[in-house]
Amino acid sequence: MLATKRSRSGSLLAAALAVTGFGATAAADEVQRWGVNFPPPASTTAQEIYDIHMLTMGIATILLVIIFAVVIYSLIVHRKSRGYPADQHFHETWFGRWSWVFVPVMVLGVDLTIAGAAQKTLERVWVVPQDQPLLDVKVIGHQWYWEFVYLDHDVKIESRFVPKEEAGIHYLREVDNRLVLPTHQRVRFLHTASDVLHAFWVPELAVKKDAIPGYVTETWVNLTREGVFRGQCAELCGTWHARMPIVVEGVSQERFDAWIEEQKQVKLAALAEATAEREWDKDELMARGERLYNTMCAACHQVDGSGMPPAFPAIRGSAVATGPIPRHMEVVLKGVPGTAMAAWNSLNDLEIASIITYQRNAWGNDTGDVVQPSDVNAAR
Amino acid sequence: MTTATHAHADHEHHGPPSGLKRWLFSTNHKDIGTMYLVFALIMLFLGGASAMVIRAELFMPGLQLVQPDLYNNLVTNHALIMIFGAVMPAAAGLANWMIPLMIGAPDMALPRMNNLSFWILPAAALMLILSFVVPFFPGGGTQINTGWTLYPPLSLQVGMSMDFLIFAIHLLGVSSVLASINIIVTIFNMRAPGLRMMQLPIFVWAWLVTAFLLILVVPVLAAGVTMLLFDRHFGTSFFIAAGGGDPVLFQHLFWFFGHPEVYILILPSLGVLASILPTFSRKPLFGHHSLVGAMIAIAALGMIVWAHHQYTVGMSLAAVKYFMIMTILISIPVGLIIFNYMMTMWRGAMTFETPMLFTVAIILMFSFGGLTGVMLAVVPADMQYHDSMFVVAHFHYVLLPGAVWGLFAGVFYWLPKWTGHMYDEKLAKTFFWLHVVSFNITFFPQHFIGLAGMPRRIVDYNVMFTEFNMISSVGAFFFGISHLLFLYIIIKTVRGGEKAKARAWESAQGLEWEVESPPPHHTWTTPPTIKTA
Repeated sequence: MLATKRSRSGSLLAAALAVTGFGATAAADEVQRWGVNFPPPASTTAQEIYDIHMLTMGIATILLVIIFAVVIYSLIVHRKSRGYPADQHFHETWFGRWSWVFVPVMVLGVDLTIAGAAQKTLERVWVVPQDQPLLDVKVIGHQWYWEFVYLDHDVKIESRFVPKEEAGIHYLREVDNRLVLPTHQRVRFLHTASDVLHAFWVPELAVKKDAIPGYVTETWVNLTREGVFRGQCAELCGTWHARMPIVVEGVSQERFDAWIEEQKQVKLAALAEATAEREWDKDELMARGERLYNTMCAACHQVDGSGMPPAFPAIRGSAVATGPIPRHMEVVLKGVPGTAMAAWNSLNDLEIASIITYQRNAWGNDTGDVVQPSDVNAAR
Repeated sequence: MTTATHAHADHEHHGPPSGLKRWLFSTNHKDIGTMYLVFALIMLFLGGASAMVIRAELFMPGLQLVQPDLYNNLVTNHALIMIFGAVMPAAAGLANWMIPLMIGAPDMALPRMNNLSFWILPAAALMLILSFVVPFFPGGGTQINTGWTLYPPLSLQVGMSMDFLIFAIHLLGVSSVLASINIIVTIFNMRAPGLRMMQLPIFVWAWLVTAFLLILVVPVLAAGVTMLLFDRHFGTSFFIAAGGGDPVLFQHLFWFFGHPEVYILILPSLGVLASILPTFSRKPLFGHHSLVGAMIAIAALGMIVWAHHQYTVGMSLAAVKYFMIMTILISIPVGLIIFNYMMTMWRGAMTFETPMLFTVAIILMFSFGGLTGVMLAVVPADMQYHDSMFVVAHFHYVLLPGAVWGLFAGVFYWLPKWTGHMYDEKLAKTFFWLHVVSFNITFFPQHFIGLAGMPRRIVDYNVMFTEFNMISSVGAFFFGISHLLFLYIIIKTVRGGEKAKARAWESAQGLEWEVESPPPHHTWTTPPTIKTA
């Protein structure tokens, strides 16, 4: 009932705005503008959480109405300008003498109602049920992208924000690789982080859990419907905290299985390519390097290599990228402790070689160096 | 209740020393109170300016005014300046001015320490401002992009400005602890003969409870940030998982301080209301003893609920159940305070001068903030609210009405006492309406965008959140401008105005109204005699 009411008033307001030309676009239907409540739940636990939220909000609203009513009545009636005589002994009546007992008892009653109603949901959300097989997904937060590892399938995807031109209306809530999950299947998320704190939050799934270096925290969901569910990182994680969207795509089990198979093939092909015993020529490495650099490095070091000093040094003309190759490889493979520069050793040799070759030859860094995958392998 | 049987004889030995010395070397509670209040007012404008930039950036999607790190730095700065620079010193200013007057003491118990605890503050503020400014200079390192919570490991990545901030927090902590010791000793030892503890005004009780809270929790924050400093520079790994440390430990230390801190900010202001309500309702305070009990209960419960700020870190089921239930139980003493205040108004003969207007607004808006607090305490639902704009809306509804408005109400209530002039009631009422209405326009829509899925502390957002953010920003600009009117009213009152009587409000009760307005430099050099009715 509340949902329909919300959408009606929402579309009315949006229409009014469109008429006045106040920023509502033709695509207003695609995103829930003027949203005033949780989006419609898409998992079993999200539904329960939604119900608890509506219950406590209802109780809070009733209490607020009572408080407002008493105060407003008093403001109207008990005023000097109406000649109301102040009751100097009100605090000494039985009401005044015993209110310190019955007010807490009444509030305690409300408190226990709320806490009692939340208990079952809390237990269900908190304890991952083990009586049916679970699909385990490891969620790793990085500055500033998400890595999802399907532990049962040996499939790993990285999920990054996409620029405005590609994302359109979903800018900041759209990614390059979505987290694909099957519906009607219990999924366990295992959260951790590689650098700083992050938090995984998708409102439709009502899942929020911190990703903490050194910790593995867990949550679970069971999607009740197919669809695309958008969320964001919810724990301040540094410069590009606003650019860590999470997009979950709920699909049928069959489509999920097909998708996993496809990912495996992609991975095998990439592996075969990277381990091929061959010399790569500079143009090939530069082309690959540019693509990888723009995906993985440009958020901090910028597409033109200028960086954002002092947090993120420039690569264009830098001592590292134009100096000795071993030092350059060390920075990329091992990171720089105490800064946001991570160790990128999870990339394969070909990827590292491409990125380093690109960095050493792009934007006027004309060193002419070509780094081969075998060089990277030797440096590991 | 207490009454002074005779006003004290005026033993005016000497007036205040003149010039800079009067302020630098002051040991006079009134002068130090004034300095605290002026300091807080300056900080209010600094913290407000950063809030204006934040709201301007969030006016529409995209990066318009500031880069992300500067935005996060402003978020950090806004919180720290408002909490440590504006609200706490303002409350300390009221304590300095009013506690000796209210309990019939000639001054604070430890006047030289009083001077020290104030004069540490400008140094601390300088460090705090430096921590914001240093990154703009060459070689100044990166900006503090962690928010005021300073969570590691992110705070370990920040440049030298974090060290300035850590030392600023140390200094602020020293200042608070010294002031608290002074207040406790004053209340225990300096009461007029015959004035029993349970006869003390609620404002004095509120500050007594607050002072104990400060002494208990500020050292924990100091320890936490010192460990941070060691992790940053001396090779320890208290909070570094790779070295066997625990990033979550810092959160426990921080919130063991941080949650009681909320009550440290709120209790003095709630205490002010207990002075204002009987005056303008023209009847005695309802439930004096239960207010004392409720404040002690809030302090006790407030110490043992800290982890409700960290429901999402992955604590055990038993732990979150405990923190949920204890947190919800805080509604009992808070509810009792609200109830007592409503019942003080009930069957009164009310008039609505500005302090009373603020008080009524506090009762309504603070109740609202408290009720969203109960919603946040419910763990499963908090999985949605946590770190969203809903939280931002909630704590601004608690801290503005609960802390800041109480201070405004107190300033308007006692300004005639301090300056000897009545403030301009018409202007003050204009300020009240402008302030309260624009406050609601600013923060009410933030509940909606939070529920709809907007995280807090983001510099740029999806178009779906545009409309409410625009409304919020427009409200915020009016809200910000309203404070210029507040400043003008204060300056105008200090400079002149209708002469205030000793008892500036016709039915005001309490020893502070037995002395002249403005009070002479030294008051209660002969203690008043307390007659118990």
